Amino acid sequence: MSLFNFFQKRPSATVARDRLQILLAHERALSGRPDLAAVLQKEILAVIAKHIPIDQDKVVVKLDRGAQVSTLEIDIEMPEEILARS
Amino acid sequence: MSTVMVVTSGKGGVGKTTSSASLGAALAQRGQSVVLVDFDVGLRNLDLVMGAERRVVFDLVNVIQGDAKLPQALIRDKRLENLSLLPASQTRDKDALTEEGVGKVIEELKERFDWVICDSPAGIEKGATLAMLYADLAVVVTNPEVSSVRDSDRIIGMLDSKTRRAEAGERIDKRLLLTRYDPARAARGEMMKVEDVLEILAVPLLGIVAESPDVLTASNMGAPVTIHNPASPASVAYMEAARRLMGEDVPMSQPAQRQQGLFSRLFGKKAAAA
Repeated sequence: MSLFNFFQKRPSATVARDRLQILLAHERALSGRPDLAAVLQKEILAVIAKHIPIDQDKVVVKLDRGAQVSTLEIDIEMPEEILARS
Repeated sequence: MSTVMVVTSGKGGVGKTTSSASLGAALAQRGQSVVLVDFDVGLRNLDLVMGAERRVVFDLVNVIQGDAKLPQALIRDKRLENLSLLPASQTRDKDALTEEGVGKVIEELKERFDWVICDSPAGIEKGATLAMLYADLAVVVTNPEVSSVRDSDRIIGMLDSKTRRAEAGERIDKRLLLTRYDPARAARGEMMKVEDVLEILAVPLLGIVAESPDVLTASNMGAPVTIHNPASPASVAYMEAARRLMGEDVPMSQPAQRQQGLFSRLFGKKAAAA
């Protein structure tokens, strides 16, 4: 909750403006092109699938778009038995 | 048992997205598991109101078209773990949604959540008709204003004819949520009263949310008002509406007037006497 409290010290209109600036910068850069994060996750999964079978249900993708840095987090469950075989 | 609830209105700007977020959060705060589904393809905003706009990877259209599994597209709220969001696509258009595709996704959501809340786009076209198609329950969001009431009437007609339940000859449960209500102006005869709107639309009342500055503040912050400011009169109204949705018998309280000392005292007495 620390981030939330940090935000609360600023006027809400400032928070709204900052959130929109980050969001719109990403959306404008993206217009017409497929979302890079989505493309990356698809290709990364394809590469991994070449080596080990992946259960699509066990893949967790998390994205956080920031002003300077965005992070893409892909969590893939790799059961021991599959790793041992490959 | 899972309930599919559409939040709809016909007219834009009356508070569908705010109400979807607030009712969803309020139900989750009461311990229910809730998913909010944004049907406004091309103009999504529920993610922004929920403060999840930076975390959207996949969306409803991706799931329908098989590009992503449902669990990958669901965004879990950071404040309430039993509240999730399924965003709309921002880059596609509403034709990417199909009756069959939406039906499959809703069936899958019903297995995971107590409440599937479909936030309808404005208008009466495809996005809006698909948002209501599989609903068991409809919340009609209305402002006490002529064009909003007229559009609500139109939407009520569609709920009674163009939903799966209506087509099967069953009844769809409809409730009216009156938002942006200004008790002071209603008392002065400058705004239609709750009873006026209820009489015209003949739909049972789910709640009255008075116009409140806290709603804008909450959306600025990216949080449903019931989470951001639980003490706000708007939050109290949404929390009470959520309890009514859960079947509790919560007496309807007329919203008090704000910042008008003498007036509100007068109105308070009148309301108590009524």
